[in-house]
Amino acid sequence: MEILLAIMTGILYASGIYMIMRRSLVKLILGIVLLGNGVNLLIFVLGRITKGEPPIIDDSQKVLEGIYADPIPQALILTAIVISFGLQSFAIILVKRAYKVLKTDDLDQLNTTDEDS
Amino acid sequence: MKTLILRSASSYLLPVLLIFSVFILLRGHYLPGGGFVGGLVAAIAFVLDAFANGLKKTKILIKIHPGFLMPLGLLVAFLSGISPMIIADMPIMTGLWAGHPIPVIGAIGTPLFFDIGVYLVVIGASLTIIFTISESA
Amino acid sequence: MINDIILLPLVVHLFFSIVLMFFWNKVNFQKTFSVCANVIALGVAVYVFMFVYNNGTQTVQSGNWDAPFGITFVGDMLAATLVLLTAISGLAVSIFSTVSVINARLRFGYFSVFHFLLLGLNGAFLTGDIFNLYVWFEIIIISSFVLISIGGEKNQLEGAVKYFALNFFASMIFLTALGVLYGLVGTLNMADISMKIAEVENRTLVEICAVLFLVGFGIKSAIFPLYFWLPASYHTPPSAVSAIFAGLLTKVGVYALIRVFTLIFLDDVFLDNLLIALAIMTIFSGGIGALIQTNIKKVFMYFIICHIGFMIGGLGLFTEVAIAGVIFYLVHDIIIKTNLFLMSGLIYRIKSNFNMKKIGGLYANYPKLSLLMAIPLFSLIGIPPLSGYWPKISLILASFDAQQYWFFGALIFGSLITLVVIAKLWSEVFWKDQPKIEFPKKFLFFDQMKLKDKFLFVFPITFLTFVTLYIGFGAEHIQQLSQRIASELMNNQLYIDAVFKN
Repeated sequence: MEILLAIMTGILYASGIYMIMRRSLVKLILGIVLLGNGVNLLIFVLGRITKGEPPIIDDSQKVLEGIYADPIPQALILTAIVISFGLQSFAIILVKRAYKVLKTDDLDQLNTTDEDS
Repeated sequence: MKTLILRSASSYLLPVLLIFSVFILLRGHYLPGGGFVGGLVAAIAFVLDAFANGLKKTKILIKIHPGFLMPLGLLVAFLSGISPMIIADMPIMTGLWAGHPIPVIGAIGTPLFFDIGVYLVVIGASLTIIFTISESA
Repeated sequence: MINDIILLPLVVHLFFSIVLMFFWNKVNFQKTFSVCANVIALGVAVYVFMFVYNNGTQTVQSGNWDAPFGITFVGDMLAATLVLLTAISGLAVSIFSTVSVINARLRFGYFSVFHFLLLGLNGAFLTGDIFNLYVWFEIIIISSFVLISIGGEKNQLEGAVKYFALNFFASMIFLTALGVLYGLVGTLNMADISMKIAEVENRTLVEICAVLFLVGFGIKSAIFPLYFWLPASYHTPPSAVSAIFAGLLTKVGVYALIRVFTLIFLDDVFLDNLLIALAIMTIFSGGIGALIQTNIKKVFMYFIICHIGFMIGGLGLFTEVAIAGVIFYLVHDIIIKTNLFLMSGLIYRIKSNFNMKKIGGLYANYPKLSLLMAIPLFSLIGIPPLSGYWPKISLILASFDAQQYWFFGALIFGSLITLVVIAKLWSEVFWKDQPKIEFPKKFLFFDQMKLKDKFLFVFPITFLTFVTLYIGFGAEHIQQLSQRIASELMNNQLYIDAVFKN
């Protein structure tokens, strides 16, 4: 399972970075989405996958006993998903506005900021 | 995309989904759920309605601008966050719980209000984003 | 309540931001409210600073969960100082925004987002939890994306796309590093990580993790091979926005580097040498970049990059003298960089142009304003009694002690090139006669403004100039403060004890 997830993470990273480096604004967004998912999966794998109980302490006990799943990676992933949800939706609106104003999808054409004015 | 089936279904689905979203919001104490998921479900309910009946009608249905829900939700969450500081002299965001749980709703405490705040912010933010994208299309 | 004092800067900014969101469209109310709010925030920041100064490091365990389980907020001397500097720059920029940013832009919730940005900055300085640091970084970048794209002009959107892509990438690398770190030590509390990281056996992975952090924060703080987003985007928004970005956004990256490399990744010769090498290249490339630019804002942008090198290199030297120099430079740099961009906004308002070739004669027409602007420019170079001079002594001394002669050379080179560029700027903008160009017709020039608006334009610059003068002439105080911070940073047991007291 770990090996499979590790390979998947690698594929997501590679394809995400490849997409970001393409010269199209739409592919930039796709790359961002893929990269975000890759990072989330990475945290999931590195948090150690355990088959165990949910980490909730019974009323009768003081501490956790037995094998339990670590809740922190899931909390981290959830936070990261929420944040990347916000960023990605911002990115979509931004790219759309940029496309309307600049009339190009090609990142190589975006060079007015480097001109002298 | 105005099909008869979707339009007829959406008038029933909207209230059901909204009740379901409140259910998920209240369930979030001990079980999977909570403000974020509930807010997304509620937002999806309105988006479905917008798909079926058009954006204008949905906007009339909501009455207030969805952007207004964001500061409202933030304010609720903010007040629930700082209330332990003011009321009980505890560190910020400490969970304060009121006595016995109430049937249906469950235990009432600052985390519940925090979740309600998150619920409102999520509805406001997602609807603002989706409406902006679909309007500028 | 008294325990939560260090959280007050966060609470007030969040509250102000929420209130401003309710009054989305009421521009005049927003202006007045934001300035008053920033005055209150400055008062709170001074109070927090004095409290921490007198009582030592303060911690708050949010949610009443003890460390390392809950999110800890740590207000040590460094954090309190940076919160104070944030409040000073925030006040200046908010006053400047009321007159320099046009109302059409302010109507998009400019001030609300501005307070959110300050909230994120304060949160990043005060948090003691590494994942929480990531969350504050995200709040900062989301607010900065909105600020950089408000208005939606052509080059602004283009700059925003570049800024967005690289900052998002940096966040993802930061998150990757965080995941690796969590896999290694199984905790997120920085004090706890600091204790546990020494026991990790796989040192190679720790080093890889450190390099990932360096790349993530390096993109944000614009160090040598990773700075290209900065010259492409910082000049596109209005000057007020550029000012707060220049003053604080890159510095928050530097702060994160200082925190991570003094608390978590210690005693690593490879990393220290890497930092120094990057610093030398940063100073060199930033300086050369500033030399060839003719746009005033772009010149200042390359100065940001150049002077980030001073701080990164000092961190790489990793002696107490060097860290004290870095902290002093940070204090000086936040104020001066904010002020430089405010000045560029003023020059633009007077001459309707940023290009050095097309403006001139400022000294002949506005002698008093020119003298006012001369002080920050001279401080930037480091003319002796002014603020840029003192931290360089510490840095140069430290580089001699550590026998890092290349870095010593880079420091001298950086200072010299700053001098050359400022001299060029002075002679072009202030001394040269105004070249004959066509001024735009529909442009509100500084002369045509009402007296009140003129005052609001000049007051923030004067205010920051006085702060700079204080840093220069009251250097003894700042030096003591920097030394205290440096000794706190070098002895990280103090930080750990403060988090795990009880």
